[in-house]
Amino acid sequence: MKTNLPKPIIINRIINENYKVKTFVSKTEIKSKPGQFILVWLPRLAERPFAVVDDSPLAFTVAKVGKFTQALHNLKEGDRIWFRGPFGKGVFKLEGEEHLLIGGGYGVAPLYFLAKKSLKGHKMTMIIGAKSKNELLFEEKFNRLRIKVQVATEDGSRGENGLAPNLLYKILSEKKVDCVYACGPMPMLAKVVEICHNFKVNFQISLETIIKCGIGVCGSCSYQGKLVCQDGPVFRHWPF
Amino acid sequence: MVSLTTKICGKIFKSPLILTSGVLGTEAELLARVARSGLGAVTTKSCGLVPRVGHENPTVLAWENGLINAVGLTNPGVDQEIEEIKRLKKLLDGTIIIASFFGATKKEFIQVAGRLSLACPDFLEVNLSCPNTECEFGRAFATDAKDTQEITRSVKKVTKIPIIVKLSPNVTDIKIIARAAEDGGANAISAINTPTGMLIDVESGKPMLTNKFGGISGPAIRPIAIRCVYEIASSVKIPIIGIGGVTYGRDAVEMIMAGATAVGVGSAVYYRGIRVFGKINQEILRFMGAHHFKNLEEIRSSAHEN
Repeated sequence: MKTNLPKPIIINRIINENYKVKTFVSKTEIKSKPGQFILVWLPRLAERPFAVVDDSPLAFTVAKVGKFTQALHNLKEGDRIWFRGPFGKGVFKLEGEEHLLIGGGYGVAPLYFLAKKSLKGHKMTMIIGAKSKNELLFEEKFNRLRIKVQVATEDGSRGENGLAPNLLYKILSEKKVDCVYACGPMPMLAKVVEICHNFKVNFQISLETIIKCGIGVCGSCSYQGKLVCQDGPVFRHWPF
Repeated sequence: MVSLTTKICGKIFKSPLILTSGVLGTEAELLARVARSGLGAVTTKSCGLVPRVGHENPTVLAWENGLINAVGLTNPGVDQEIEEIKRLKKLLDGTIIIASFFGATKKEFIQVAGRLSLACPDFLEVNLSCPNTECEFGRAFATDAKDTQEITRSVKKVTKIPIIVKLSPNVTDIKIIARAAEDGGANAISAINTPTGMLIDVESGKPMLTNKFGGISGPAIRPIAIRCVYEIASSVKIPIIGIGGVTYGRDAVEMIMAGATAVGVGSAVYYRGIRVFGKINQEILRFMGAHHFKNLEEIRSSAHEN
């Protein structure tokens, strides 16, 4: 019968993204879709969800925010971690030709995977939002994919002074976009959805809730009748 | 007409299938969605006097023949749960609500039962048998006949709502505990809670669950559950909700043949998705049609006849 147990993988490369964020690149190739997540386990410590940043080989990005992420940051290249997944049937999928991606904070991670997986023939703009310049993530990564990046920082230390949805509003006022793809904190998503409704633009948003089992059993991730770990994490309607 | 209805304490269940406690949590909208897939009743996740975060992940894992879990009674506390059940009542149409609860002490069982009754669920389920909090609470009350009878009796005194007592299979003789619950005034018994187990990751050499031990569910425990329900049915008169590993219609039929009046379904959600209940209903109907049964009474306890 189908099992879902953590498997060990070796960390091949660790990339310092900024002063508190690292990307861990493994040696293991998996099959994953943009928006899906994995559960990373360190034996006897904890197990937490992370968005898939790449699947060939598997990579994920970790911000140091607590005991578990601190332990991950202490790992070195060649060390083992355990993971299960990927999880989520609701994933990012390009609609149309003109795409607008918007990521707040660590929300840029799954959007990078979307951009990387679906390059040819698509026009993409990426909005990156962060608290300040030193927390900005993935700007260079998107540049390397030759995607136009616009930046908003809450303290105005880089790019637009203010929240990322302000940039979304500006861009949608200027040109026609087929679909908006968003990942970030709930207040940002609420704003994105409101703007998309106003401009009558399709959207796909990745919701963040407490994920525990990942397999649609425990109900920890339930949100307005949806199981975020199974039905999501990406949704095309909201509120449901 | 072939009928799937069943009755406990005069209350009509449109299907014998019940969502077991702990599976899919406690959010009203989610439980209502599951109910629409063809349930007779939903059981909310056990709540206690105060909120509990539960154990650190991993808390639920799927191994070769079933699941293992040690969620650790994560719950928002009884006061919040009352609001959730009130919301659930408004969303449901004819599906019975069973409100499950636990107490860290005998006194807490009485306190929570009294408060939870304010939400007016159709039944209260007294969870005497959670296997995953032994480090904090000591051995489950359902491992002792005297405790089982005492708690059942004291809960009965503080509520007018019919009570279901949930039993543990981790005992020497489940018949004695079942009789204790009946003597204490239980209106029904649900059995079984999960047998305890453990998985070790051989790569790291460490326990897989953060709590080390967990409750086993799914197909692996079905024969244990069938045996327990059979034994309980042979020793008490009150109705039994048979729980343990039911995944397909034939498993539900087997449980009823062992003596169950209704059948809990939980881990099957992992194997067959959130619409599993409708599927199992159809499979039971097909079985009944093929064998010319008109209602569940004709099947019930057939294994007890000579």
